[in-house]
Amino acid sequence: MMRTGMILGLLLWSGAAVAALPIQHWQLDNGAQVYFVENHDLPIIDVSVDFPAGSAYDPVGKEGVASLTRRLLDQGAGGLTDVQIAGQLADVGATLGGHFDADRAGVTLRTLSRPDEAHQALSLMTAVIDKPAFAASVVEREKARVIDALRQSDGEPQVIAAVAFQKAVFAGHPYAHRETGEIATVSPLASTDLQAFYRSHYTAGNAVISLVGDMTRAQADAIAHQLTAGLVPGKGDVPPLPSVPALTDAQVRNIPFPSHQSQIFMGQPGVARGDPDYYALYVGNYVLGGGGFDSRLMNDVRQKRGLAYSVYSYFIPMRVGGVFQIGLQTRADQTGQALQVVRQTVDDFMAQGVTPAELTQAKNSIVGGFPLRIDSNAKLLDYVAMIGFYGLPLDYLDTFPTQVQTVTANQIAEAFRRHLNAGKMVTVVVGAATAAK
Amino acid sequence: MLSVTLAHAGVQQFTLDNGLRVIVQEDHRSPVVVSQLWYRVGSMDEFNGSTGLSHMLEHMMFKGTKTVPDGQFSRLIASVGGRENAFTNLDYTVYFEQLQKDRLGLAFRLEADRMHNLLLAEDSFRQENRVVQEERRMRTEDQPEALVYENLMATTFEANPYRRPVIGWMDDIRNLTVDDVRHWYQSWYAPNNATLVVVGDVQPDAVRALAQQYFGGIASHPLPVRKPQEEPQQVGTKRIVVKAPAKVPYMMMAWHVPVLRDYAHDWQPYALQVLAGVLDGNSGARLGRVVVREQRIASEASASYDLVGRGPGLFVIDATPMQGKTMAELEAALQAQVRSIAEQGVSADELRRVKSQVIADNVYRRDSMFYQAMLLGEYVTDGLPVEAVAAQADRVSAVTAQQVQQVAKQYLVDDALTVATLDPQPWDEHHERPAVDLHDLR
Repeated sequence: MMRTGMILGLLLWSGAAVAALPIQHWQLDNGAQVYFVENHDLPIIDVSVDFPAGSAYDPVGKEGVASLTRRLLDQGAGGLTDVQIAGQLADVGATLGGHFDADRAGVTLRTLSRPDEAHQALSLMTAVIDKPAFAASVVEREKARVIDALRQSDGEPQVIAAVAFQKAVFAGHPYAHRETGEIATVSPLASTDLQAFYRSHYTAGNAVISLVGDMTRAQADAIAHQLTAGLVPGKGDVPPLPSVPALTDAQVRNIPFPSHQSQIFMGQPGVARGDPDYYALYVGNYVLGGGGFDSRLMNDVRQKRGLAYSVYSYFIPMRVGGVFQIGLQTRADQTGQALQVVRQTVDDFMAQGVTPAELTQAKNSIVGGFPLRIDSNAKLLDYVAMIGFYGLPLDYLDTFPTQVQTVTANQIAEAFRRHLNAGKMVTVVVGAATAAK
Repeated sequence: MLSVTLAHAGVQQFTLDNGLRVIVQEDHRSPVVVSQLWYRVGSMDEFNGSTGLSHMLEHMMFKGTKTVPDGQFSRLIASVGGRENAFTNLDYTVYFEQLQKDRLGLAFRLEADRMHNLLLAEDSFRQENRVVQEERRMRTEDQPEALVYENLMATTFEANPYRRPVIGWMDDIRNLTVDDVRHWYQSWYAPNNATLVVVGDVQPDAVRALAQQYFGGIASHPLPVRKPQEEPQQVGTKRIVVKAPAKVPYMMMAWHVPVLRDYAHDWQPYALQVLAGVLDGNSGARLGRVVVREQRIASEASASYDLVGRGPGLFVIDATPMQGKTMAELEAALQAQVRSIAEQGVSADELRRVKSQVIADNVYRRDSMFYQAMLLGEYVTDGLPVEAVAAQADRVSAVTAQQVQQVAKQYLVDDALTVATLDPQPWDEHHERPAVDLHDLR
């Protein structure tokens, strides 16, 4: 039992270092981009390989194919079965992981840097990225597991609320659907769908390789070559995503569920990664709902009234847009009161902006906390991969403190007014509430 | 200072005159530090009628002292870029700060202050009690799998306090008073019931001086007597069903097993850890390979075992059936995996794999200061010496295939088993209320 959920949003934005962080970057002949941070403190190598192959790239009617493709990569590849891949990774103590969101699909590896272990682990990672089998029987098995997981999550009020919120905020946009697809769209998917998606999206020219840890630049270069040698060179066939349209109206949904609490999400489209207003929005949101016990939402909803255990707001910037989201849950019969408090807090914030004291506290916290964001190879890899994937400047982390320091209260007020409209919020309530009044 | 010993490379420990134990591990990779203050009091120290006290007190620890008013603790830590939080478990209550290395003194000052100067005002208690009720609704009442776990614990343990939920029963939470919390605070929060763990870019001598400066003046006091409350031997399988709104059933199986008491001589806990690894150490391990992939009876299946704990041990397998498979089929398939190890043992390959992972994990965990501090704090609070942390990889490496088979045969028996299943309940999901007018909401 924690006093509060882990501080949200650590990776939802870009942190930065106080000291210069030497990210080396180069491109391979096949088009792959390589980002590397050398560090020999621990005998560990961390690697991630990312592709623009997230759920936003799902063809219409085949929602879920991107996620299923990513899921199948390590379920049989390079002549090895799923069980052999897992076993041989375990033999050398290596861990294969990955991530998946609307923009990005990726594979990560953590291995000891000792040559025997590293060689075997990287060979397996190469097979997974370059030669996934997509065997029909394995596709069917994993489909069944995905469908079961979807059925399960359809019984979870948090998920019901999140899915409805996403759909309303991104209405009609490729960001609108659930990342894993829906039962109806996953059920008909076949191995050929996965192979076609893989061929067009997992190309060398789309690959972003990030490496952190115990290797030299020459070794990193060799690893990058090895990992992408079997991929089709060039960019493949990935059409750019359309931009996210603004909402035209406020929208409220009340979805019944026999739970003790109401799940509440409010928000609207936010900003894309790289938006010049992002720093102002980030600092401002610390005051509104991003700064944990420093935030107004936490103060108004929890500290003053005891209405919720967790309440927060954040911006998630994505490739072609993003989301601004407020989340909380409260006993069903308090739903109306909680909504009223949240709306009042947001309205006041939009109208009055931040005070000088709040701004100072926000900056001190964000800037002072930078070293904690990159104090491990694992955290560093996440940032390097994000910088690489979104093509942010190599000194992005280094300049972040300065960018935060220069934000003014006026810039925050203007940025919030430019990007948010309190009159056009999406509100989703899932619960047994007596209607949310 | 009573004693200074070099426990193993990089870890130093000493004890202040008032009994506060301090453990320091240097890690100079980044200019940061984590400080964790572990109180040896958790839900297992509570009694019927006032469950959830330790957790309620954890919340109140942020509600102000004579010199640091309500809300200021978090604000002060945040003002220097730090992070802070706390967590309560069966065995302990932990408060932590992560900071730039030169801010450690602030964390010590604030922690020392609230170790003995907590205000515990009636009105802030009332407010925070409502927050805790919301927390319980969020974490347990509306989480079918958490409900299954809570019911499993309450069933598998009858005498031992592990049967009670960490957050407390809802009615107990509602009926807690600020006086209950004050009594709990005065009983258990003392330097002689705490361990301070510091990992980061620090020098042990400087940490010792800081600890002495801030904590050295706090008086120790005698602690309440703790009764053993040993769980009587279970004499037959227990079964329970939990109904909750959900779409998919779920099953948890738990067997009574030992935990680590003497790290240099006990071998069974390490063998049980290897057993969990053979069943579920990677996605090609037995549960994933056979029950999920070959038989396609489960969509998910996992095994877990906690090596350390103040109270009794449990070996847990939990799983979700594939659509169309019955709970009886699922249970039989999971049982068959356990029986196959008890009867035929494990292969050399399986054993090697689990050991390789433990050795590698031993290296990987050095990438996280927080996790290193967690391990040290948990082992020490659960009564083990810090040497046991470093010895773990070697002790696991010494486990034989025969020992793994033996613990499976000896402990994973039906008479020591509790099975809890989730019986999903339907609800009317096709009657969305009309969207209310926005003005009604404001």
